[in-house]
Amino acid sequence: MAYLSIENLQVGYADRVILPQLSLQIPQGKISALIGPNGCGKSTLLKTIARILAPTQGRVLLQGDDLHRLDTRAVARRLALLPQAPITPDGVSCRELVGYGRAPWRSRWGRLSAEDRRLVDEALQQVGLAEFADRPLAALSGGQRQRAWIAMTLAQQTDLILLDEPTTWLDIAHQIELLTLLRQLNQAGKTIVLVLHDLNQACRYCDQLVVLRDGQLQAQGTPQQVFTAGLVQQVFDLPAEIHPDPVAGTPQLVPV
Amino acid sequence: MSQQLRLWLLLPVLLLAALAGLWLGALDLSTVGRGAELILTDFRLPRVLVALLAGAGLGLAGALIQGVVRNPLASPDLLGVTAGAGLAATALLVFWPALPFGWLIPGAMAGGWLAMLLLLWLARDRQLNPARLILIGIALNAWLAALTDWLLVSHPTGIDAALVWLTGSLWGRSWPQLWWLLPWLLLLLPLTLALALRLDLLALGDEAAEGLGAAVIRSRRLALLLAVMLAAVSVAVCGTLSFVGLVAPHLARLLVGAAHRRLLPASAMLGALLVLVADIAGRSLAPPLELPAGILTALIGAPYFLFLLTRYRGW
Repeated sequence: MAYLSIENLQVGYADRVILPQLSLQIPQGKISALIGPNGCGKSTLLKTIARILAPTQGRVLLQGDDLHRLDTRAVARRLALLPQAPITPDGVSCRELVGYGRAPWRSRWGRLSAEDRRLVDEALQQVGLAEFADRPLAALSGGQRQRAWIAMTLAQQTDLILLDEPTTWLDIAHQIELLTLLRQLNQAGKTIVLVLHDLNQACRYCDQLVVLRDGQLQAQGTPQQVFTAGLVQQVFDLPAEIHPDPVAGTPQLVPV
Repeated sequence: MSQQLRLWLLLPVLLLAALAGLWLGALDLSTVGRGAELILTDFRLPRVLVALLAGAGLGLAGALIQGVVRNPLASPDLLGVTAGAGLAATALLVFWPALPFGWLIPGAMAGGWLAMLLLLWLARDRQLNPARLILIGIALNAWLAALTDWLLVSHPTGIDAALVWLTGSLWGRSWPQLWWLLPWLLLLLPLTLALALRLDLLALGDEAAEGLGAAVIRSRRLALLLAVMLAAVSVAVCGTLSFVGLVAPHLARLLVGAAHRRLLPASAMLGALLVLVADIAGRSLAPPLELPAGILTALIGAPYFLFLLTRYRGW
């Protein structure tokens, strides 16, 4: 049985179909990047997996369970989502934000148990924010804030983490820092699915590429297998050459 | 001082204000002699309790609406609930002047609810998009207020009662009004507190909140419904006490922070305090003349709100 299985998925907004009929599988224990041109449906797919959008047809199975039929709290115990533009509320500290990651596990009233607090500290430690724990979130830099949000998803204690363009608001150093952090989390056992814009970063830091265009699956596999000049031409209409990255040896796109 | 401690400190402050409310008034208790007991049990005690409960209802309604709409400028006044209750009460007073006072409360509550239904119908939005609700609320509010003014202007005789009610006053409020308020608040308060964590999550944005297991649309609907019921019953009993639903949650946020498990009780207590203090001031500033509490909540509330705005950052 596939870990995460998308079956005949049809998703659309009011009168526009974004994903006409999509089927694919995402493996456990890997970092999978959803890539493709603007409007190809990669964010829509991620949001549908995260049950933010409901499909009009088809289903999303996580280890055999239909995610859109489960209670939203039950889903939150199995997958965590970092949206593209979450709101940073006024007056919330880094520790409080990470504490919200315990929400699916704790009482409706929201008190943290000793175990919850231990997991929050651990998550802060993991992303290297222990010393900033009591700072207001709004006072942190963009990179630190993004790590705080990631710590929140870690505190959720799920096997699967979904991230919607997590590098968008970061400068290049913080982008690399974030992708390295994701790799560490993956090595610690997390399955990660993310939407990425930068193709070279996707090739270098991800195990699997899922390539979409017009809501259709174009290719899926390791960067070495699928990332070719032909694919870039076909999916992005961009003439390009592919050369090995001088440091990591992964495929790298150079526009012609 | 920790935020938790500040929350608990509100209780003795509230108690002191309540004692002041019993002691102060048009008549000096120490000179009244035998009538003092009657003044206390028949007039001042129920009046103090009504002020506390109505204020708590408005403060809570404000905190709920600001939480749902994610906008610190939102309040029950802005969504047309207060104006709806006001229009209903004015219509009853103008068209059926002989109607017993007891009918005013259910009438005004129905008016508040109808305004909410009208808002939801106008928005026709399953997601209850916050910005959309506010904009439609502003228009609805202006429209209902205009209808109220029209009624008042076209029926110049016998509108005194309506005018006093519209400014918001605790004059003449006693045990019957308290029995209207108490069961509603006992029912709605625990339901409101149970929403605390979900309101915290809603502040992170819809997607993040859903990702953390807060059923976004259901939570928003429930919070809005509770806010309307709380505001409607409070306004129905005391009239439009302006600015309480707006200022109390702001003040609470400064005192106890943004976490709703502290923010909600603090908003309730500060709303209660505000209405009680306004009523005490209104009846002891220039006795035997009594100023309606609604004038004082606005007189104190509006400048204070401007002061609060200078302390906000980021919008």
